[in-house]
Amino acid sequence: MADTTKSIQEMEKQEITAPEDTERTRDCQCFVPRADIYEVDDQIVVVTDVPGASEASIEITVEKNVLTINAYVDPVKHEGYALTWAEYEVGDYQRSFRLSEEIDRNKIEATIKDGVLHLYMPKAKEAQARKISVKAG
Amino acid sequence: MYRRYRVPSVYREMDRLQREMNRLFEDTYPTRGHRAAGYPAMNVWTNDEGLIITAEVPGVKPEDIDVSVVGDTLTLSGSRKPDEIQEDSRYHRQERGYGDFTRSIQLPFLVNVKKVEATFQNGVLNISMPRAEEDKPKKITVKAVA
Repeated sequence: MADTTKSIQEMEKQEITAPEDTERTRDCQCFVPRADIYEVDDQIVVVTDVPGASEASIEITVEKNVLTINAYVDPVKHEGYALTWAEYEVGDYQRSFRLSEEIDRNKIEATIKDGVLHLYMPKAKEAQARKISVKAG
Repeated sequence: MYRRYRVPSVYREMDRLQREMNRLFEDTYPTRGHRAAGYPAMNVWTNDEGLIITAEVPGVKPEDIDVSVVGDTLTLSGSRKPDEIQEDSRYHRQERGYGDFTRSIQLPFLVNVKKVEATFQNGVLNISMPRAEEDKPKKITVKAVA
């Protein structure tokens, strides 16, 4: 378990650099959200920070074995104000995870609260631990 | 005897050049290049009437955030708690930070403390602070003496 008395040490947001020969079609930056992944008995939980994104602006797709999170965040412009000091930038988030065979793709659920996305990925029944009895032959 | 502060002029010239270059880049990209001195990173928007400070604090509950203004110093503190997970579960990967944070920044002018408003949506904190009346720039009209 994480120690709750320690203070937060976080790095700057990490920007995605587009692979060669591809360009983003949206005119804003894209970041890799930080993620925690933990496993409880029958499911794997992925927790990612996507501040600024809401349930309407997140797209989660599963294609073959890759689950991709896309969160679209439009930078807020404060009318009549000038940005005089900036320590972070606002943009989209994108991150992909490779799913193992044991995940039941049809039962993945996602929730978002306070800018944190939770993905609950239950393991398929067949993948859960099973006892194999040995018969005398 | 020796002369103090004797720096070869070529170094002085290089210093000057570097300052000029920095200034040039600051002008071109005003929003880039400031590293946050602590958590959370903040953006500051200003005009003559007041300022807005925004910070990304995902996963922090609104009731766990404490905003206070004393004089011209804004202090933001709070804590982020990890998910409560069962004992038998295990982490595969942990990249997100947890714990307490406190950060103070100096505001560019005095603000009307009574009218400070903070909102929190989707993990983004928005603090709007109108400038104190007594601190607003006053225009002085020049009268012609007859």
